[in-house]
Amino acid sequence: MATVIVEVMPKPEILDPQGKAVAGALPRLGFTGFASVRQGKRFELEVEGEVTEEVLEQARRAAAEVLSNPVIEDVVSVHVLGEQA
Amino acid sequence: MTARIGVVTFPGSLDDRDAARAVRLAGAEPVRLWHADDDLAGVDAVVLPGGFSYGDYLRAGAISRFAPVMGAVVDAANGGMPVLGICNGFQILCESHLLAGAMVKNDHLHFVCRDQTLRVENASTAWTNAFEAGEEIVIPLKNQDGQFIADERTLDELEGEGRVVFRYTGVNPNGSRRDIAGITNARGNVVGLMPHPEHATEPGFGPGTDGLRFFTSAITAALATA
Repeated sequence: MATVIVEVMPKPEILDPQGKAVAGALPRLGFTGFASVRQGKRFELEVEGEVTEEVLEQARRAAAEVLSNPVIEDVVSVHVLGEQA
Repeated sequence: MTARIGVVTFPGSLDDRDAARAVRLAGAEPVRLWHADDDLAGVDAVVLPGGFSYGDYLRAGAISRFAPVMGAVVDAANGGMPVLGICNGFQILCESHLLAGAMVKNDHLHFVCRDQTLRVENASTAWTNAFEAGEEIVIPLKNQDGQFIADERTLDELEGEGRVVFRYTGVNPNGSRRDIAGITNARGNVVGLMPHPEHATEPGFGPGTDGLRFFTSAITAALATA
């Protein structure tokens, strides 16, 4: 069983209210080392057997067409778990 | 002839009954449609109601976009049928690429619920022909992910082509770009907005009856093309 990882982030120019809320909470808990936070999504797509180029291409298409909305989000990574992103 | 206006129920729709009631109060026959249907039962217009379809999982409207009924809605919309998306329905229309832009979380992070004043910017769409351009109306607004955004080029295009249908006045309740509350497609048959006209259709319930004219507009538009 292999896993394809898809990571999606809000576009840099779009205000990320959730990240902002997290950034506001951190210093209150004593975590003062972080200037800002952005919150994104990580999808784990499990694959029966090995990840062929065809499966990886399907993951890229799913990432672009379903897992992200290009108006507000960027797909920042589609890679196999354990391999270099 | 009585116009038949369909109201789609998705898993997690909340305002489908109110929308159907609004259709009836406006003088049309409401037709309940189900997300798993793959046809529209011959209706003259369609409403995608508010709610939290699929719990807003992934993104608001992102899963509903792939419901079987949406194939028929997209085809009908491209054929000119009046389609109205209210709140979650607006999000579904954006995710379906029938309307431009997208909705993200309100800029202040809170759920908002208020009677909202809107200015009608375009009174020639299938859902606004009973209004006057520039008229101010009050209908309820209630959302979590109501901040309308699009890139500057798209916003300029929407403004330039008169496709901004409603703008928030007084207060911008969710941080929407350029105070945009609702937009239309190039043809003017597909309209989406975050506030809820279906909750302002009967005296004594809600802020007034301004919402009724959305539905009488659609009846006019549907009968004109029938």
